[in-house]
Amino acid sequence: MSTSGRAPAAPLRTPRRDARPRRDPGPASRPPDRAPRTALDRVNPVTRITAAVIVSLPLLVTLDWVSGATMTGIVLAAALALGFGARFVARRVWPVLLLAPLAGLNMALYGKPGGAVHLDWFLVHVTDNSLQLAVAVMLRVLALGVPAILLFTGIDPTDLADGLAQVWRLPARFVLGALAGFRLVGRFVDDWRSLALARRARGLGDTGAVRRWATMAFAMLVIAIRRGSKLATAMEARGFGTAHRTWARPSRVGRADAVLIVSAVAAVTLALAASVLAGTFWAVWS
Amino acid sequence: MSPAGVRLDGWGWRHAGRVAWATSGVSLSIEPGERVLLLGASGAGKSTLLHALAGVLGSSDEGEEAGSLTVDGGRPRPGDCGLVMQDPDAQTILERVGDDVAFGLENLSVPPREIWPRVRTALADVGLDLPLDHSTERLSGGQRQRLALAGALAMRPGLLLLDEPTANLDPAGVEEVRDAVGRLVADRGTTLVVVEHRIATWLPLVDRVVVLAAGGGVVADGSPEQVFSVHGAELAALGAWVPGIGHGLAARPFPESTEAVLAARELTIGYEAGTPVRTVASLDIRRGVSTTLTGANGSGKTTLALTLAGLLPSLAGQVQASASISPTTARFITLSGRAVRSHGRFAMRSSGSPTYHGEPQAVVGAAPRTDPARWRSKELLTRLGTVFQDPEHQFVAATVSDELAIGLRALGRSRHDIEMRVTELLEQLHLERLARANPFTLSGGEKRRLSVGTVLATSPAVVFLDEPTFGQDRTTWVDLVRLVTAQLEAGTSVVSVTHDADYLDLLGEHHVHLGAVA
Repeated sequence: MSTSGRAPAAPLRTPRRDARPRRDPGPASRPPDRAPRTALDRVNPVTRITAAVIVSLPLLVTLDWVSGATMTGIVLAAALALGFGARFVARRVWPVLLLAPLAGLNMALYGKPGGAVHLDWFLVHVTDNSLQLAVAVMLRVLALGVPAILLFTGIDPTDLADGLAQVWRLPARFVLGALAGFRLVGRFVDDWRSLALARRARGLGDTGAVRRWATMAFAMLVIAIRRGSKLATAMEARGFGTAHRTWARPSRVGRADAVLIVSAVAAVTLALAASVLAGTFWAVWS
Repeated sequence: MSPAGVRLDGWGWRHAGRVAWATSGVSLSIEPGERVLLLGASGAGKSTLLHALAGVLGSSDEGEEAGSLTVDGGRPRPGDCGLVMQDPDAQTILERVGDDVAFGLENLSVPPREIWPRVRTALADVGLDLPLDHSTERLSGGQRQRLALAGALAMRPGLLLLDEPTANLDPAGVEEVRDAVGRLVADRGTTLVVVEHRIATWLPLVDRVVVLAAGGGVVADGSPEQVFSVHGAELAALGAWVPGIGHGLAARPFPESTEAVLAARELTIGYEAGTPVRTVASLDIRRGVSTTLTGANGSGKTTLALTLAGLLPSLAGQVQASASISPTTARFITLSGRAVRSHGRFAMRSSGSPTYHGEPQAVVGAAPRTDPARWRSKELLTRLGTVFQDPEHQFVAATVSDELAIGLRALGRSRHDIEMRVTELLEQLHLERLARANPFTLSGGEKRRLSVGTVLATSPAVVFLDEPTFGQDRTTWVDLVRLVTAQLEAGTSVVSVTHDADYLDLLGEHHVHLGAVA
């Protein structure tokens, strides 16, 4: 099975290696904050999205601290094993680290009361139950946030569009239109700055912030529509929008993708199993 | 693909919702392999015609067609012809150079294994020697236009259509693109139709000139020598830069040395504190003198102009305005004997005497505030005026008249004064007929003239112009140079960021060239 299954795959992969442009290795093309090269690069972006969904769904409908802690632990261990590097992981996940205690505090103060009461003041009831909930919610935010951030990090927009159109078969017209339009966003930032400077130059910078903002927003809208329609004409002139098209960059799924999906299923199963064994399993509907 | 022939028979197009035809009654036949320069007044429908030939004008929902138009004997479909347009930013489609060129081939359903060799050939043909995954964000204007050309070329079109491909480029970029096109059409394997004001650039490449009339139809058609000898003066009046017919303006006598109204010393410029663009050791802007700033892309010309103009704060060093143009701060002595400065925001009691923290006081003198970056927005109006590179960035009103009046209203001028000044400006700028139009709907040349007018309205002591003549036809060019000269004669200082050699000849009185940044 494995030999006969792999035989036709080999010639398909060869042109990909030859045809596909190599990444520019120059330092300028890889700013220090870019994701480090890992085995995840060999996985199709749409598979990474799928894996994120697989690990999140069971965690969204359950609420206990063991499964959350297990999942966070597994993901962090996997990230380090893949070679993401502790500093990179820390830099990327700190917003979640900040968010988790906030969500937890909320739960501790206002969560469903039960058990020993530690503090009771107006709407605030800090109880055994609410403290337990708080810990569970904190770990849950980490368990949902950390894998999503690490799986989405470093996805190239062009590769993602290729995957969405070729693997998931979303309409090419929509996917490539969005991809090309997305590129204009950087220009809009420059436009907005010029618009603001021009208001100051024209004597409108001292007062009337709301009115000033309105004239900037209107100008931005006009500029955006103009540029968008020019881009659309340029794309149409290159034959975009015809019924059939080929793909210069074949987007495929292979063994690496299967490995990631299997790992995701295993990780989430392990996390839930751990909580059942520990006796803390708690589904939100129970 | 073999070169395509073009045939138009009484062809015309009217955009949906418009009363007037964009163009009409055009009858024309272009043989395969011919190279045609298409001219005509602005609004004669040159772009419309090119878009029609490229098959991107749209269906009958988007307009009404008259007569017939065929390319290679059939109706043009999108993707059959190569089209390169004016704006380098708006026709880069994908993030990587190779992917951008491959885009058209994918749409034509070229088998994937043939795509990458064709992409490499096309990039080599336009002289873009870059890795296939080089980011398109990092290309200069000239490189971007050559990329667009490669994208069209890879599709092996029988007809190449260029719509002012070099209007937005600096002189080096213009040459790059013209030379690339020259190599491409050398074997006459492709029919070429190019629209461009700067005729001299394209003259060596074309063997036929066609002139469209503003009202419709073809005015002139023939070899360049023939067309320019008979219609040269007429074309120049329409705005084309006809070889042998210059701008007809002469430089004014060199001005006498005057006081510096702005002085920059050890000035470090940039948009953000961490990322300085460059440092300028010393620069004086003198009263009534034209200063021109030149330099390659990225050398910081615009940043320097915006910093001198009081719009961007300096990162280090200083810009100092002369006392003669600086606003003053009244200095007071309170009755308790404390000297205070009002920073321009003091309150006036009904008695008319200024107060500070409620203490009565006496005015004892006035101190100039000489850092333009700290002036209030309104204080800039009569002192430092800036015309941005893109006129649309500075439009804030719904009509052309209002646009001219806004600064005057901010200064609190009387209604009568404002009306007089606006009428006068509309006339100077040849915009009388457009007084009620929305600024965003004007043509390129009209927008440029209006943006200059909005700044001149409040008569600033120094006027900054960022690429004022970029992409302008001869008519607007002459208008702009005349306006600038009149300002200089009236004692206004003018600072222009420019690439334009003719402009430098006339107005490079104090020429500052910014070298490449290390």
